[in-house]
Amino acid sequence: MKCRRCRDRAVVDVRRHNAAFCGPCFLHHCREQVRRAIDDFDMIRPGERVLVAVSGGKDSLGLWDLLRELGHDADGLYVGLGIGAYSDESGRYAREFAHARGLKLVEVDLEADHGFSVPDGARAARRAPCSACGLSKRHVFNETAIAHGYDVLATGHNLDDEAAVLFGNVLRWETGYLGRQHPVLPAAPGFARKVKPLVRLGERELAAYCVLRGIDYIVEECPMAHGNRHLGYKEALNAIEERSPGTKASFLFGFLERGHPRFAADARDEREGLEPCLRCGAPTPGDGRGEALCAFCRLQARATGSGRP
Amino acid sequence: MKVVLRNPRRELELPAPRDVEALLHELGVVPESVLVIRNDTLATRDEHLDDTDVVEIRPVVSGGAR
Repeated sequence: MKCRRCRDRAVVDVRRHNAAFCGPCFLHHCREQVRRAIDDFDMIRPGERVLVAVSGGKDSLGLWDLLRELGHDADGLYVGLGIGAYSDESGRYAREFAHARGLKLVEVDLEADHGFSVPDGARAARRAPCSACGLSKRHVFNETAIAHGYDVLATGHNLDDEAAVLFGNVLRWETGYLGRQHPVLPAAPGFARKVKPLVRLGERELAAYCVLRGIDYIVEECPMAHGNRHLGYKEALNAIEERSPGTKASFLFGFLERGHPRFAADARDEREGLEPCLRCGAPTPGDGRGEALCAFCRLQARATGSGRP
Repeated sequence: MKVVLRNPRRELELPAPRDVEALLHELGVVPESVLVIRNDTLATRDEHLDDTDVVEIRPVVSGGAR
Protein backbone atom coordinates (compact mmCIF):
# COMPACT_ATOMS: atom_id res chain seq x y z
CA MET A 1 0.00 0.00 0.00
CA LYS A 2 1.07 3.57 -0.66
CA CYS A 3 0.63 6.55 1.63
CA ARG A 4 -2.36 8.65 0.56
CA ARG A 5 -0.52 11.90 1.21
CA CYS A 6 3.03 11.35 -0.01
CA ARG A 7 2.91 8.02 -1.93
CA ASP A 8 5.72 6.57 0.21
CA ARG A 9 5.32 3.03 1.59
CA ALA A 10 2.37 2.88 4.00
CA VAL A 11 2.60 1.31 7.47
CA VAL A 12 -1.00 1.84 8.69
CA ASP A 13 -4.25 1.36 6.82
CA VAL A 14 -7.41 3.15 7.99
CA ARG A 15 -10.22 1.47 6.10
CA ARG A 16 -13.02 3.83 7.16
CA HIS A 17 -11.12 6.62 5.39
CA ASN A 18 -10.23 4.25 2.53
CA ALA A 19 -6.66 5.35 3.15
CA ALA A 20 -3.23 4.21 4.24
CA PHE A 21 -0.39 6.35 5.59
CA CYS A 22 3.36 6.25 6.07
CA GLY A 23 4.58 6.95 9.61
CA PRO A 24 5.01 10.76 9.45
CA CYS A 25 1.76 11.26 7.50
CA PHE A 26 -0.13 9.02 9.94
CA LEU A 27 1.05 11.14 12.89
CA HIS A 28 -0.11 14.23 10.97
CA HIS A 29 -3.50 12.51 10.39
CA CYS A 30 -3.89 11.82 14.15
CA ARG A 31 -3.01 15.39 15.13
CA GLU A 32 -5.47 16.73 12.53
CA GLN A 33 -8.28 14.49 13.79
CA VAL A 34 -7.75 15.67 17.37
CA ARG A 35 -7.40 19.32 16.36
CA ARG A 36 -10.62 19.04 14.36
CA ALA A 37 -12.50 17.40 17.25
CA ILE A 38 -11.35 20.14 19.63
CA ASP A 39 -12.38 22.88 17.17
CA ASP A 40 -15.67 21.34 16.01
CA PHE A 41 -16.93 20.77 19.54
CA ASP A 42 -15.29 23.84 21.13
CA MET A 43 -13.55 21.59 23.68
CA ILE A 44 -10.54 23.63 24.77
CA ARG A 45 -10.05 27.37 24.37
CA PRO A 46 -6.65 29.06 24.02
CA GLY A 47 -4.76 29.34 27.28
CA GLU A 48 -6.94 26.93 29.24
CA ARG A 49 -5.34 24.45 31.66
CA VAL A 50 -6.16 20.84 30.87
CA LEU A 51 -6.04 17.84 33.20
CA VAL A 52 -5.71 14.57 31.27
CA ALA A 53 -6.88 11.43 33.05
CA VAL A 54 -4.20 8.82 32.31
CA SER A 55 -4.33 5.09 33.00
CA GLY A 56 -1.01 3.99 31.50
CA GLY A 57 -2.87 2.67 28.44
CA LYS A 58 -2.53 3.67 24.79
CA ASP A 59 -5.53 6.00 24.61
CA SER A 60 -4.79 8.23 27.56
CA LEU A 61 -1.02 8.42 27.03
CA GLY A 62 -1.59 9.01 23.31
CA LEU A 63 -4.06 11.77 24.17
CA TRP A 64 -1.64 13.46 26.56
CA ASP A 65 1.07 13.36 23.89
CA LEU A 66 -1.29 14.67 21.18
CA LEU A 67 -2.52 17.57 23.34
CA ARG A 68 1.07 18.60 24.11
CA GLU A 69 1.97 18.28 20.42
CA LEU A 70 -0.93 20.60 19.59
CA GLY A 71 0.40 23.14 22.10
CA HIS A 72 -2.07 22.69 24.95
CA ASP A 73 -1.09 23.22 28.58
CA ALA A 74 -1.89 19.69 29.77
CA ASP A 75 -0.98 17.92 33.03
CA GLY A 76 -1.80 14.28 33.83
CA LEU A 77 -3.88 12.64 36.55
CA TYR A 78 -3.30 9.01 37.51
CA VAL A 79 -5.70 7.26 39.88
CA GLY A 80 -4.36 4.14 41.63
CA LEU A 81 -7.27 1.70 41.73
CA GLY A 82 -5.68 -1.03 43.87
CA ILE A 83 -6.04 -3.78 41.25
CA GLY A 84 -2.89 -5.66 42.33
CA ALA A 85 -0.01 -6.04 39.89
CA TYR A 86 -2.08 -4.50 37.08
CA SER A 87 -2.32 -1.18 38.93
CA ASP A 88 1.38 -1.29 39.83
CA GLU A 89 2.27 -1.80 36.19
CA SER A 90 -0.13 0.78 34.74
CA GLY A 91 1.07 3.40 37.25
CA ARG A 92 4.65 2.72 36.21
CA TYR A 93 3.84 3.43 32.55
CA ALA A 94 2.09 6.70 33.45
CA ARG A 95 4.98 7.85 35.67
CA GLU A 96 7.63 6.91 33.12
CA PHE A 97 5.79 8.80 30.38
CA ALA A 98 5.56 11.94 32.53
CA HIS A 99 9.14 11.67 33.82
CA ALA A 100 10.68 11.18 30.36
CA ARG A 101 8.96 14.33 29.08
CA GLY A 102 9.26 16.46 32.21
CA LEU A 103 5.47 16.66 32.61
CA LYS A 104 3.44 17.11 35.78
CA LEU A 105 1.51 14.03 36.93
CA VAL A 106 -1.03 14.44 39.75
CA GLU A 107 -1.62 11.16 41.60
CA VAL A 108 -4.56 10.00 43.70
CA ASP A 109 -4.56 6.58 45.34
CA LEU A 110 -8.04 5.21 46.01
CA GLU A 111 -6.88 3.03 48.93
CA ALA A 112 -4.60 5.59 50.59
CA ASP A 113 -6.81 8.63 49.98
CA HIS A 114 -10.31 7.15 50.20
CA GLY A 115 -9.82 3.95 52.20
CA PHE A 116 -10.81 1.31 49.64
CA SER A 117 -9.73 -0.31 46.38
CA VAL A 118 -11.87 -1.16 43.35
CA PRO A 119 -11.99 -4.88 44.29
CA ASP A 120 -13.04 -3.90 47.87
CA GLY A 121 -15.74 -1.59 46.54
CA ALA A 122 -17.08 -4.13 44.06
CA ARG A 123 -17.27 -6.85 46.73
CA ALA A 124 -18.86 -4.68 49.40
CA ALA A 125 -21.44 -3.09 47.11
CA ARG A 126 -22.02 -6.29 45.09
CA ARG A 127 -21.42 -4.29 41.94
CA ALA A 128 -19.58 -5.44 38.83
CA PRO A 129 -15.91 -4.38 39.20
CA CYS A 130 -16.13 -2.17 36.08
CA SER A 131 -19.13 -0.38 37.56
CA ALA A 132 -17.35 0.35 40.87
CA CYS A 133 -14.23 1.37 38.92
CA GLY A 134 -16.06 3.73 36.55
CA LEU A 135 -17.98 5.35 39.38
CA SER A 136 -14.81 5.89 41.43
CA LYS A 137 -12.80 7.27 38.51
CA ARG A 138 -15.52 9.71 37.42
CA HIS A 139 -15.78 11.01 40.98
CA VAL A 140 -12.03 11.36 41.55
CA PHE A 141 -11.41 12.91 38.11
CA ASN A 142 -14.04 15.57 38.66
CA GLU A 143 -13.07 16.26 42.27
CA THR A 144 -9.36 16.58 41.39
CA ALA A 145 -9.94 18.84 38.36
CA ILE A 146 -12.02 21.23 40.49
CA ALA A 147 -9.71 21.08 43.53
CA HIS A 148 -6.63 21.90 41.41
CA GLY A 149 -8.33 24.64 39.40
CA TYR A 150 -8.14 23.07 35.93
CA ASP A 151 -10.43 24.54 33.27
CA VAL A 152 -11.12 21.25 31.59
CA LEU A 153 -10.81 17.51 32.20
CA ALA A 154 -9.86 15.41 29.14
CA THR A 155 -10.35 11.65 28.94
CA GLY A 156 -9.06 9.13 26.40
CA HIS A 157 -12.46 7.90 25.19
CA ASN A 158 -12.04 7.12 21.50
CA LEU A 159 -14.39 6.46 18.59
CA ASP A 160 -14.66 2.76 19.48
CA ASP A 161 -15.50 3.50 23.12
CA GLU A 162 -18.15 6.02 22.21
CA ALA A 163 -19.70 3.82 19.52
CA ALA A 164 -19.84 0.88 21.97
CA VAL A 165 -21.41 3.01 24.71
CA LEU A 166 -23.95 4.35 22.22
CA PHE A 167 -24.71 0.80 21.07
CA GLY A 168 -25.40 -0.26 24.68
CA ASN A 169 -27.49 2.81 25.44
CA VAL A 170 -29.60 2.28 22.32
CA LEU A 171 -30.09 -1.43 23.04
CA ARG A 172 -31.58 -0.51 26.43
CA TRP A 173 -33.03 2.90 25.36
CA GLU A 174 -31.30 4.69 28.20
CA THR A 175 -32.64 8.11 27.27
CA GLY A 176 -30.89 10.00 30.07
CA TYR A 177 -27.53 8.48 29.12
CA LEU A 178 -28.22 9.19 25.42
CA GLY A 179 -28.84 12.83 26.30
CA ARG A 180 -25.52 13.00 28.15
CA GLN A 181 -23.49 11.19 25.49
CA HIS A 182 -21.55 13.96 23.83
CA PRO A 183 -17.85 14.77 23.29
CA VAL A 184 -18.25 17.78 25.60
CA LEU A 185 -20.10 17.97 28.89
CA PRO A 186 -20.18 21.64 29.87
CA ALA A 187 -19.12 22.82 33.30
CA ALA A 188 -21.87 23.33 35.87
CA PRO A 189 -21.83 23.99 39.62
CA GLY A 190 -19.81 21.09 41.08
CA PHE A 191 -18.92 19.70 37.64
CA ALA A 192 -15.74 20.40 35.64
CA ARG A 193 -16.05 20.63 31.85
CA LYS A 194 -15.31 17.18 30.42
CA VAL A 195 -14.03 16.60 26.90
CA LYS A 196 -13.18 13.61 24.72
CA PRO A 197 -10.69 14.83 22.08
CA LEU A 198 -10.08 11.31 20.67
CA VAL A 199 -13.63 10.90 19.44
CA ARG A 200 -12.51 11.02 15.79
CA LEU A 201 -9.82 8.32 16.21
CA GLY A 202 -10.32 4.57 16.58
CA GLU A 203 -8.42 2.55 19.16
CA ARG A 204 -6.41 0.82 16.44
CA GLU A 205 -5.21 4.26 15.33
CA LEU A 206 -4.29 5.14 18.93
CA ALA A 207 -2.25 1.94 19.30
CA ALA A 208 -0.46 2.67 16.00
CA TYR A 209 0.14 6.28 17.11
CA CYS A 210 1.82 5.08 20.32
CA VAL A 211 4.01 2.57 18.47
CA LEU A 212 5.13 5.23 15.97
CA ARG A 213 5.76 7.83 18.70
CA GLY A 214 7.70 5.33 20.84
CA ILE A 215 5.20 5.57 23.70
CA ASP A 216 5.37 2.52 25.99
CA TYR A 217 1.95 1.62 27.32
CA ILE A 218 0.33 -1.26 29.15
CA VAL A 219 -0.85 -3.75 26.52
CA GLU A 220 -2.33 -6.22 29.00
CA GLU A 221 -6.05 -5.86 29.65
CA CYS A 222 -7.34 -5.18 33.16
CA PRO A 223 -7.89 -8.62 34.79
CA MET A 224 -11.25 -7.46 36.18
CA ALA A 225 -12.65 -6.42 32.78
CA HIS A 226 -12.67 -9.93 31.31
CA GLY A 227 -16.05 -10.76 29.77
CA ASN A 228 -17.67 -7.40 30.47
CA ARG A 229 -20.58 -6.14 28.39
CA HIS A 230 -18.70 -3.23 26.85
CA LEU A 231 -16.13 -5.62 25.30
CA GLY A 232 -18.97 -7.66 23.81
CA TYR A 233 -20.40 -4.55 22.15
CA LYS A 234 -16.99 -3.70 20.69
CA GLU A 235 -16.62 -7.22 19.32
CA ALA A 236 -20.03 -6.98 17.62
CA LEU A 237 -19.26 -3.54 16.17
CA ASN A 238 -15.84 -4.64 14.91
CA ALA A 239 -17.44 -7.60 13.11
CA ILE A 240 -19.83 -5.16 11.38
CA GLU A 241 -17.01 -2.70 10.67
CA GLU A 242 -14.98 -5.45 9.00
CA ARG A 243 -17.76 -6.00 6.47
CA SER A 244 -18.72 -2.37 6.18
CA PRO A 245 -15.87 0.05 6.98
CA GLY A 246 -17.04 3.39 8.37
CA THR A 247 -20.09 1.98 10.18
CA LYS A 248 -18.88 2.90 13.68
CA ALA A 249 -18.10 6.48 12.67
CA SER A 250 -21.41 6.99 10.87
CA PHE A 251 -23.30 5.43 13.80
CA LEU A 252 -21.68 7.79 16.31
CA PHE A 253 -21.52 10.99 14.28
CA GLY A 254 -25.00 10.43 12.85
CA PHE A 255 -26.27 10.17 16.42
CA LEU A 256 -24.43 13.31 17.52
CA GLU A 257 -25.85 15.27 14.61
CA ARG A 258 -29.39 13.93 14.39
CA GLY A 259 -30.12 11.84 17.50
CA HIS A 260 -28.51 13.61 20.43
CA PRO A 261 -30.64 16.78 20.25
CA ARG A 262 -33.75 14.63 20.71
CA PHE A 263 -32.49 13.26 24.04
CA ALA A 264 -30.72 16.32 25.46
CA ALA A 265 -33.79 17.36 27.45
CA ASP A 266 -33.76 14.03 29.34
CA ALA A 267 -30.20 14.76 30.49
CA ARG A 268 -31.07 18.33 31.46
CA ASP A 269 -33.95 17.01 33.58
CA GLU A 270 -31.51 14.67 35.37
CA ARG A 271 -29.17 17.57 36.23
CA GLU A 272 -32.00 19.58 37.75
CA GLY A 273 -32.81 18.92 41.38
CA LEU A 274 -29.23 17.99 42.29
CA GLU A 275 -27.98 18.99 45.71
CA PRO A 276 -24.58 18.73 47.40
CA CYS A 277 -23.62 15.34 48.84
CA LEU A 278 -23.72 15.51 52.62
CA ARG A 279 -20.13 14.18 52.87
CA CYS A 280 -18.14 15.43 49.90
CA GLY A 281 -20.30 18.18 48.40
CA ALA A 282 -20.46 16.63 44.92
CA PRO A 283 -23.79 17.22 43.14
CA THR A 284 -26.15 14.28 43.62
CA PRO A 285 -29.89 13.64 43.26
CA GLY A 286 -31.57 15.15 46.33
CA ASP A 287 -33.51 13.20 48.96
CA GLY A 288 -35.71 16.19 49.84
CA ARG A 289 -34.11 16.48 53.32
CA GLY A 290 -30.66 17.71 52.31
CA GLU A 291 -29.10 14.48 53.58
CA ALA A 292 -28.33 12.70 50.32
CA LEU A 293 -25.01 10.90 49.84
CA CYS A 294 -23.54 10.70 46.36
CA ALA A 295 -22.98 7.27 44.77
CA PHE A 296 -19.23 7.45 45.44
CA CYS A 297 -19.69 8.19 49.16
CA ARG A 298 -22.25 5.38 49.44
CA LEU A 299 -19.76 3.00 47.79
CA GLN A 300 -17.00 4.20 50.11
CA ALA A 301 -19.24 3.76 53.17
CA ARG A 302 -20.07 0.18 52.19
CA ALA A 303 -16.45 -0.69 51.33
CA THR A 304 -14.96 0.79 54.51
CA GLY A 305 -17.88 0.15 56.88
CA SER A 306 -17.88 3.84 57.77
CA GLY A 307 -21.35 5.17 58.62
CA ARG A 308 -24.44 4.83 56.46
CA PRO A 309 -25.59 3.15 54.37
CA MET B 1 7.72 -17.71 11.04
CA LYS B 2 7.30 -16.81 14.71
CA VAL B 3 3.95 -15.34 15.73
CA VAL B 4 3.66 -13.58 19.09
CA LEU B 5 0.17 -13.31 20.55
CA ARG B 6 -0.76 -11.23 23.62
CA ASN B 7 -3.25 -11.40 26.49
CA PRO B 8 -1.96 -13.88 27.49
CA ARG B 9 1.44 -13.76 25.80
CA ARG B 10 2.27 -16.88 23.79
CA GLU B 11 4.27 -17.80 20.70
CA LEU B 12 3.49 -19.98 17.70
CA GLU B 13 5.69 -21.31 14.91
CA LEU B 14 3.82 -21.30 11.59
CA PRO B 15 4.69 -21.57 7.92
CA ALA B 16 4.34 -18.03 6.56
CA PRO B 17 1.02 -17.43 4.84
CA ARG B 18 0.91 -15.15 1.77
CA ASP B 19 0.37 -11.87 3.64
CA VAL B 20 -0.84 -10.27 6.87
CA GLU B 21 -4.51 -10.53 5.92
CA ALA B 22 -4.17 -14.27 5.24
CA LEU B 23 -2.39 -14.78 8.58
CA LEU B 24 -5.18 -13.01 10.50
CA HIS B 25 -7.80 -15.01 8.62
CA GLU B 26 -5.96 -18.26 9.44
CA LEU B 27 -5.89 -17.34 13.13
CA GLY B 28 -9.53 -16.19 13.15
CA VAL B 29 -8.57 -12.65 14.23
CA VAL B 30 -10.69 -9.66 13.18
CA PRO B 31 -8.17 -7.22 11.58
CA GLU B 32 -9.94 -4.19 13.07
CA SER B 33 -9.17 -5.49 16.58
CA VAL B 34 -5.36 -5.77 16.26
CA LEU B 35 -2.16 -4.12 15.13
CA VAL B 36 0.33 -6.29 13.30
CA ILE B 37 3.98 -5.56 13.98
CA ARG B 38 6.39 -7.36 11.64
CA ASN B 39 10.04 -7.35 12.70
CA ASP B 40 9.37 -4.31 14.95
CA THR B 41 7.65 -2.31 12.19
CA LEU B 42 3.93 -1.74 11.68
CA ALA B 43 2.53 -3.76 8.79
CA THR B 44 -0.51 -3.18 6.56
CA ARG B 45 -2.85 -5.99 5.54
CA ASP B 46 -1.24 -6.54 2.16
CA GLU B 47 2.31 -6.88 3.53
CA HIS B 48 4.00 -10.08 2.37
CA LEU B 49 5.32 -12.41 5.04
CA ASP B 50 8.43 -14.54 5.11
CA ASP B 51 9.36 -17.67 7.07
CA THR B 52 12.10 -15.75 8.90
CA ASP B 53 9.72 -13.01 10.14
CA VAL B 54 8.75 -12.38 13.75
CA VAL B 55 5.19 -11.08 13.77
CA GLU B 56 3.46 -9.67 16.84
CA ILE B 57 -0.33 -9.56 16.81
CA ARG B 58 -1.16 -6.91 19.37
CA PRO B 59 -4.77 -6.52 20.51
CA VAL B 60 -6.02 -2.94 20.57
CA VAL B 61 -9.46 -3.39 22.12
CA SER B 62 -9.62 -2.10 25.67
CA GLY B 63 -12.67 -2.55 27.80
CA GLY B 64 -13.89 -2.21 31.32
CA ALA B 65 -14.87 1.08 32.91
CA ARG B 66 -14.43 3.78 30.33
